[in-house]
Amino acid sequence: MSFINYSSREINCKIVYYGPGLCGKTTNLQYIYNKTNPETKGKLISLSTETDRTLFFDFLPLSLGEIRGFKTRFHLYTVPGQVFYDASRKLILKGVDGVVFVADSQVERMEANIESMENLRVNLAEQGYDLNKVPFCIQYNKRDLPNAVSVEELRKVLNPRNVPDFQAVAPTGVGVFDTLKAVAKLVLTELRKGGQG
Amino acid sequence: MASQLVMYEEEFHKINAVCDRLTKDANAKVVFLVDKNGQLISAAGQTQHIDTTSLASLTAGNVAAMGGLAKLIGENEFPNQFHEGAKDSLYMTIVGSRVVLVVIFDNRTSLGLVRLRIKKASDELSKIFEALSRRAEAPGAGSPFAEISDADIDNLFSE
Ligand SMILES: Nc1nc2c(ncn2[C@@H]2O[C@H](COP(=O)(O)OP(=O)(O)O)[C@@H](O)[C@H]2O)c(=O)[nH]1
Ligand SMILES: [Mg+2]
Repeated sequence: MSFINYSSREINCKIVYYGPGLCGKTTNLQYIYNKTNPETKGKLISLSTETDRTLFFDFLPLSLGEIRGFKTRFHLYTVPGQVFYDASRKLILKGVDGVVFVADSQVERMEANIESMENLRVNLAEQGYDLNKVPFCIQYNKRDLPNAVSVEELRKVLNPRNVPDFQAVAPTGVGVFDTLKAVAKLVLTELRKGGQG
Repeated sequence: MASQLVMYEEEFHKINAVCDRLTKDANAKVVFLVDKNGQLISAAGQTQHIDTTSLASLTAGNVAAMGGLAKLIGENEFPNQFHEGAKDSLYMTIVGSRVVLVVIFDNRTSLGLVRLRIKKASDELSKIFEALSRRAEAPGAGSPFAEISDADIDNLFSE
């Protein structure tokens, strides 16, 4: 649910990075944070446990520039991946404008990817969203690992609708901005359609 | 999909005025108005040293978590929350089930006074937000982005 302010001429949109535990969601945000100018970003907030696992969410506000005189801001959130944090995941999806699904390419994480994708569909539906209609991209992360499944295989299992998808190695930034740009574009295109709901 | 929040000049000025007045009447340090999805709507008082964007996001996360807790015990939500610090304290009130009014104050005022003033401000804000949603539902209240082109969108990403 974007927030358009005609008075201050700002538009704010919310993007959520979803995916199984340890697939690289937080790493995506950290890379974006490290590579953007101080004037275009706010603080990266991580609500994590002592072992560095995301407890509630990570949050990164980003300013992208102006469209037709409106400042566009994107608020990036990640969800905690572990199965038992389902209640928190639902909360973070409230008011979402766009979703990135980060898949872990490792063969032993295929089950977890499938489960998380299904969980995303169910949790979105609970908030009244249809995954097939929400601006949505997929990132196949950890392409650098030797046990990575082929992209064809990942596509077949996770991307039957053929939404925009990207290969990534999040710690070195491969594919990170491509993914962000793609989802941001989809969100803005959706706004153009009227975004009245 | 949940309808988006659209803010117009007239209501925006009214909202800012309510927050300003609340800051003074309650003798508070800062007053924030945050939408439940984590977007900052208005801020008044000594905001210079506060990261307002982070505050908005964490307020929304907190309210969402407390709302989840409320449902678990059979309540609809907890409309008011009070957090007491060593120097500064924080009071949050849900307004019209859509936005959250946050007041930060210290010992130059009292919880009683803050509560009293919040009540009044929150009634005023409810009315303004009702007017806003009527406006957003009115025919012709389309997106300001209806006219944007692919090139406009591409330009955002060109560097
Ligand atoms: N080799 C490799 N490791 C990665 C990649 N992306 C993330 N990691 C590592 O995977 C672990 C979990 O990442 P994190 O971002 O915390 O996962 P999250 O649970 O999805 O937030 C960390 O140790 C990362 O350094 C990648 O593309 N390749
Ligand atoms: Mg994480």
